Amino acid sequence: MEQDRKAGKVIVVTSGKGGVGKTTSAAAIGAALAQRGHKTVVIDFDVGLRNLDMIMGVERRVVFDFINVIQGDAKLSQALIRDKRIETLSVLPTSQTRDKDALTKEGVESVLSELRESFDYIICDSPAGIERGAQLAMHFADEAVVVTNPEVSSVRDSDRVLGLLQAKTDRAEKGEAVKAQVLLTRHDQARIDTGEMMTVEDVLEILAVPLLGIVPESKAVLRASNLGMPVVLDEPSAASRAYEAAAARLDGEDLEVRLESDRPRGFMQRLFGRTA
Amino acid sequence: MRFGFPRWTRKQDPSARAAKERLQVLLAHERAGGPGPDVFPELQRDILAVIKRHMKIDDDAVDIQMERGEGQSSLEINIELPAARG
Ligand SMILES: Nc1ncnc2c1ncn2[C@@H]1O[C@H](COP(=O)(O)OP(=O)(O)O)[C@@H](O)[C@H]1O
Ligand SMILES: [Mg+2]
Repeated sequence: MEQDRKAGKVIVVTSGKGGVGKTTSAAAIGAALAQRGHKTVVIDFDVGLRNLDMIMGVERRVVFDFINVIQGDAKLSQALIRDKRIETLSVLPTSQTRDKDALTKEGVESVLSELRESFDYIICDSPAGIERGAQLAMHFADEAVVVTNPEVSSVRDSDRVLGLLQAKTDRAEKGEAVKAQVLLTRHDQARIDTGEMMTVEDVLEILAVPLLGIVPESKAVLRASNLGMPVVLDEPSAASRAYEAAAARLDGEDLEVRLESDRPRGFMQRLFGRTA
Repeated sequence: MRFGFPRWTRKQDPSARAAKERLQVLLAHERAGGPGPDVFPELQRDILAVIKRHMKIDDDAVDIQMERGEGQSSLEINIELPAARG
């Protein structure tokens, strides 16, 4: 449990590969932590490709952004957008027009340390890749959620990201570890059953880090992004339950990882017993 | 089991319509050139300068909020004045 209430925790949501569900996960985990009563901010590190604002439904309200704050053109408090649905949730959007080099290590550090003073959780939505932008997003992280799909290129990229987390971050430079966990997303049991897709066990065996959760492939994710709602704020679904459980685990709850399903427990499941 | 109907008779998921509307509003603003990246910092500096000519306020006393809408957008500017003495 966090003892020092004034030192918020920085958690990076990263993956290497693009399109695996980082932004979806950052928004959902951020909203779930906020729903648990923690002051939470989600930051978009994907400079030039602003997307988090759309996924969180605040795109019409962006005035100042992360880059304006780093460049001293706006105060952090002016750039933070308070969510209208959950009081404890804020978004720090990024710039759509500046290029990636507008982010500096010193700038990121000062914004994050200011945020640590007033937020319990600071969730960093990383850009894809393993270059500068992704490295800056993870640099000051205390913990990492490595979003992985059960698919070869995603697992491979996750492995590289895990290496960077333990070698190139601020904590690594100080001889401390970044606590990293895998969030398996777009999990498709039907394709695993046919042998097309690797199993959870396969992925964990390769990456050798703890499992934070399994998020099934779910229509609820597309629906929520259409509506501009983090999936946990929309109607209950397998994906929302999976993200709520992942957030609870990040928050220190000792919950068993379950495989959620949108389908009612049908007779196939009754025949073959429970999964996970 | 549901029986298949031709694609065109199927109702579109209402959430897709919401997505389209949100995108139309946003993209209309973006394509119109919208306020450029420096508009808000400059606007803020100018407002501060004007107010400061008349009264003493803090550098972070200006709060700018915006709501981009379909027909119109609104810009809300709040200026926090120092508490009256006495
Ligand atoms: N669990 C899921 N089920 C179905 N679609 C998903 C799921 N997770 C993500 N997606 C979809 O995958 C695409 C990429 O997701 P996104 O979160 O933007 O990934 P990233 O930030 O890693 O690029 C989006 O279209 C999103 O709706
Ligand atoms: Mg993204």
